[in-house]
Amino acid sequence: MIRLVFLGRLADLAGAGALELTLAGPSPLEDILLALPAPLAGPLADPRIKLALNGTLVARDGLVVDAGDELAFLPPVSGG
Amino acid sequence: MRAMSWPSCRRFRVADMAADVRLALEPFDPAAELSRFTAANLSAGGVVSFLGQVRNGDGVEALELSHYAPLTLPGMQALAAEALTRWSLEGLLIIHRAGIMVPGDAIVLVAAAARHRRDAFAATDFAMDHLKSESWFWKREKVGGLWRWIEPRGEDHEDLARWV
Repeated sequence: MIRLVFLGRLADLAGAGALELTLAGPSPLEDILLALPAPLAGPLADPRIKLALNGTLVARDGLVVDAGDELAFLPPVSGG
Repeated sequence: MRAMSWPSCRRFRVADMAADVRLALEPFDPAAELSRFTAANLSAGGVVSFLGQVRNGDGVEALELSHYAPLTLPGMQALAAEALTRWSLEGLLIIHRAGIMVPGDAIVLVAAAARHRRDAFAATDFAMDHLKSESWFWKREKVGGLWRWIEPRGEDHEDLARWV
């Protein structure tokens, strides 16, 4: 089981702030996106959306997610 | 540590001085926070503060800032640490709200205390520019009963370029 966290408008697209997904084993990001509905997976593929794995920012390239991980999708910020 | 202001401790004070950085999940009282901050920094000749509040108008009924706990407060603390290395400060306060706010509520309070005013002005300006464009917050506002997400503004990123 992995936990996917969606911030900002991505939470609206996902219909929830977080989803749990069961993986067969360590999985690349591409496989995780394939497991999601297209209207959500499409926007998540945007390179402007940053990723945090277990609370640390990580690059998209070569990212592998395993059971117990939390992967957060962070759209451009708009604070203050 | 900040209370140690007698001359023999002066050279240690800057190294000991930690910024007061908080993510507020409930409303806070900016006037009370500023009073406490100035009282704790009597050795500073100047205190500059910036208060951001939810404006009343444009039909905005409420504003919500969401955050991501593993990144948001640590990012604010790193920003404060950077400000402390760039300017000579006696004290630095950063309080940023998350959650649902209504017009008049405080969103962000930054205050910098320094022996010389330019350091305090610059550090406050620097902190605000980075809070607006780099900190891990996502904003939406409620107008006419409907929530809509606020997109990042180009000007916020132009403001950041001032500090490179």
